[in-house]
Amino acid sequence: MRKVVEGSYAIAQAVKCCDPDIISAYPITPQTHIVENLSQMVADGELKAEFITVDSEFSALSALVGSSAMGARSYSSTTSQGLALMYEVLYNVSGLRMPIVMTVANRAMGAPLNIWNDQQDSIGARDCGWIQLYAENVQEAMDLTPQAYKLAEDPDILTPVMVCMDGFILTHVYEPVEFLDHDKVKQFLPPFKPKITLDPAHPVTIGAFADPSTFTEYRYLQQDAQNKALGKIDTIAKEFKETFGRYYGGLIDTYRMEGADAAIVTLGSVIGTIKDALDEMWAEGKKVGLVKVRSYRPFPVKALRDSLKDVSSIAVIEKDVSIGNEAGLTTDLKAAFYNTGMKTPIIGFTAGLGGRDITLKDIKKAGDKALAAAKGPEAEFEFLTLRKEIL
Amino acid sequence: MLKVIAGGYVEPGSTQVTKTGAWRTFVPVVDQKRCSKCSLCEIYCPEGCIRMVEGLFIPDLDYCKGCSICAHECPRKAITMVLEEK
Repeated sequence: MRKVVEGSYAIAQAVKCCDPDIISAYPITPQTHIVENLSQMVADGELKAEFITVDSEFSALSALVGSSAMGARSYSSTTSQGLALMYEVLYNVSGLRMPIVMTVANRAMGAPLNIWNDQQDSIGARDCGWIQLYAENVQEAMDLTPQAYKLAEDPDILTPVMVCMDGFILTHVYEPVEFLDHDKVKQFLPPFKPKITLDPAHPVTIGAFADPSTFTEYRYLQQDAQNKALGKIDTIAKEFKETFGRYYGGLIDTYRMEGADAAIVTLGSVIGTIKDALDEMWAEGKKVGLVKVRSYRPFPVKALRDSLKDVSSIAVIEKDVSIGNEAGLTTDLKAAFYNTGMKTPIIGFTAGLGGRDITLKDIKKAGDKALAAAKGPEAEFEFLTLRKEIL
Repeated sequence: MLKVIAGGYVEPGSTQVTKTGAWRTFVPVVDQKRCSKCSLCEIYCPEGCIRMVEGLFIPDLDYCKGCSICAHECPRKAITMVLEEK
């Protein structure tokens, strides 16, 4: 069924099809409509889940630690300062290996106060042990939701997943989406049956103290699960394609990479604009391709090396900055190449901060700089659309 | 030996296996002749690891963190904290 709906409604619809047992969330712009719609679905009896209303994001995710430990399929959604307030719990969830799925409606981190889109919030939480998948458009964010549960609940993975979608740009846009069919989702996503749960009849301790003699091994197991997820993300994307007919690439996707001289690497909704900009650049004889990062954690080192091995230079466009260094994706990508002997120049651009539009012109500027960087980069890292006149 | 399972799920009573006294620097030594068996050390110990064993107050060194509260509270100064050599 194809319908024109708001992005947030589409996500709520996708979550509903996954049959969550427990939802707990605290409203925060631009995530509010997702949980508002879910709350309505529960109130109307359309969705047989319990919606736990709480006083904060910290409590929302903490409530899900309890429900997930009981073996309930659990869902939350947040953004920006809300995600920051969850920070401590993010580590608890991943360390306790709870397969919670959370939609992050990416938004800038204050101060200064700003409610618009960038990806500082989730990129800043990249080390928390959660898997992070980034959607290009509403349909992909919707389709990633059952894929995220399937991945998270896999007995070899048991790791929480953030489905990241750009706030406003995707959460508030009305666009035609193909609705998920509930029965098909049931067929794709088996019921959640964890091996160990909190059950008075079979007592276990969850979250026991780990001293220096065991802590390293717990971390190792998390790292191992993320490594295993590299393969599963690909497999699950293909399984989704078999059931639903839609495919967006596995860990990464590429566009116009065949015969490209330079490449742009990015994540999220800016990809649509980049594709248009690249079409125009190719028409002008400028061969710039695109690599879209779908999985940021686990970081697809091998897939990126393989896809970028033939270009002479690379530009990263991302909506975050690691204040005091470059930006997340840029440094991660450089690190992926360092030991391979590949000396392809990589330049990083921070753009679209706090909701500033990234235009075709901006992307072409980055593309031109990428092509020029083949002779040696002019600057390693810069703010792409800096308004020097107001400084 | 405690086996590590993803997520830290363990059988109940895991602290019986995981000893927590390893980071102690000072160890309480009870002078049993001075002890009047008032049990204030047992009442004040935040870890619950000094109690009467066969008529004498004996610290459980598997869990004692060496915080010295027992020595501080003892009205007869029967407990001294001694630097533990490991």
